Amino acid sequence: MTVIHTKKLTKTFTVKKETVEAVKGVDIDVAPGELVAFLGPNGAGKSTTLRMLTTLLKPTSGSATVAGVDVQKDPAGVRARIGYIGQGNGGGHSYRVIDELIMQGRFYGMNTSDSKARAETLMASLDLGDLAKRTVIKLSGGQRRRMDVALGLMHSPGLLFLDEPSTGMDPQNRANLWEHIMRMREEHGTTIVLTTHYMDEADSMSERVIVIDHGTIIADDTASRLKANLAGDLLAVEVAAGSASEVRGLLGRAAAEGDIQENAYDGVVRFRLRLAQGARLAPGLLKEMHDAGAPAQSLELKPPTLDDVFLELTGRSLREGAEV
Amino acid sequence: MIGQAVSPGVVLQKRGPRSVVTDTWFVFWREMLLPLRDPFSLIFSLIQPLVFLGLFGPLLGSAVGAPAFGGQSTLQWFLPGVVVMIALFGTSMTGSNLQYELMTGSYERILATPLSRSSLMIGRALKEWAPLVVQGLLISVVCIPFGFVFHPLHVLLGLVILGIFGIGLGALSYALALVSQNKEWIFWGVQQTLLFPLMILSGIMLPIEAGPGWMKVASLFNPLTYLVNAERELFAGRIGMDTMWGLVAAVVTAAVGLVVGIRTINRNTN
Repeated sequence: MTVIHTKKLTKTFTVKKETVEAVKGVDIDVAPGELVAFLGPNGAGKSTTLRMLTTLLKPTSGSATVAGVDVQKDPAGVRARIGYIGQGNGGGHSYRVIDELIMQGRFYGMNTSDSKARAETLMASLDLGDLAKRTVIKLSGGQRRRMDVALGLMHSPGLLFLDEPSTGMDPQNRANLWEHIMRMREEHGTTIVLTTHYMDEADSMSERVIVIDHGTIIADDTASRLKANLAGDLLAVEVAAGSASEVRGLLGRAAAEGDIQENAYDGVVRFRLRLAQGARLAPGLLKEMHDAGAPAQSLELKPPTLDDVFLELTGRSLREGAEV
Repeated sequence: MIGQAVSPGVVLQKRGPRSVVTDTWFVFWREMLLPLRDPFSLIFSLIQPLVFLGLFGPLLGSAVGAPAFGGQSTLQWFLPGVVVMIALFGTSMTGSNLQYELMTGSYERILATPLSRSSLMIGRALKEWAPLVVQGLLISVVCIPFGFVFHPLHVLLGLVILGIFGIGLGALSYALALVSQNKEWIFWGVQQTLLFPLMILSGIMLPIEAGPGWMKVASLFNPLTYLVNAERELFAGRIGMDTMWGLVAAVVTAAVGLVVGIRTINRNTN
């Protein structure tokens, strides 16, 4: 059973008579209760995919079923079954926070008293309690974003989409936001699909990461497996210049593939290499070096990040693309 | 606590077929919260037509002369025109409030809710029409001491017809705002460019009978002409053919507006 199922989902735009393929036939399956992050640089097609799944964009071709409903045949049915927190601020500028929250509940068919009670619960837990009568335009950026989250959670959706939820939030608010999302998930088994270009966020929060680049899915797995399989640990080891050749040979046998970088300075040679399962191999490697009479002077071991995964997959860093 | 539903039925509750009427009510009510929370704007909107009536009415009477008004008093002739004019200005602004919401994410947020598409337009258009009910009744009452004969039920019917017309014009204005997204000046350019010829060619300000022949012909193709004629008949306390034609013009405008509006919304979104 899947909550989301897409088949060759495609979106092309025509910009100045040129056809741009934003999403190129993606197949996605999401099971109930999953927490999935679409990770990729800006313009990769993450948001376009999300907008097709939430019926805000019409697919050019392919199909998508969301919460058991075909997005093209019954978009209103999809909308009634999902929650969506977009990139922009959802509150109307001149409205009071409490009014917008209550109306949002009414839009989803809640009665006024339920809607009011729910709005008050959410405002209290999202630190918006004192701002009920404040107009949206007078809220700070972080407060507005928390209000967006409250709007999205008003009707307690079983399937929640979030488009770049934490962009522009300070670290504390980001942590807060995640605490709320995680709690909701724990209590209700909510399925959550989000886009992000913060790789640390995708890394620490999501169980499953779908890496998207140029409108195509280039990887889809748990963050830890992606890192273990695609990137490996970064190992840096320093030895005396005299024993460099022995170490070079040893490392060459240990490293499955990839170049071994070498820098020499002040009578020391520093080797850098990617090593799958590096943390497990390192103790043995140190012993071998010691036994060969070429002991390490220092060793540094860095676990891979999703950025390393992206670099391995595309030859580009996500960091560079992220701030464009 | 955060994910806790207030009543058990709320979580992923399967809803029956949604009613456009309740959806429209929700959209209308959200829009109405703005003037209700900030009643000053309402007070100004009540004063405006009085100023217009008080300043333009006397000039009209002396400049044109009674025969052009079909023997009625200037006030009796001009007041329904002012009411149509308020409806025209108000509902053609429907899209301008939308423009702000298009710039932030609030339009998109509402688009992602299960509200029906037509309710989004009708609710917003009716919000622009609602003050007209108060305005129309108020200026009628204020004008009684100056010789205006007030037929409340006829006037109410006239306001309802203007409401139907306003739904159509509001929907067109809504569609215009969507089309001119990120190019807000286009919205104002088109709205202003269309508004004045429509207004003048309907005989709101000055009797079209006093104009040259081509203007009379042009006015026949202007739905507003039929509305103005209907309102004049109703404000005079009669219900006849003019009222019928006005109603037809209002219904046709509403139908065309909603078709265009829904098509515009659906062009990109599902």
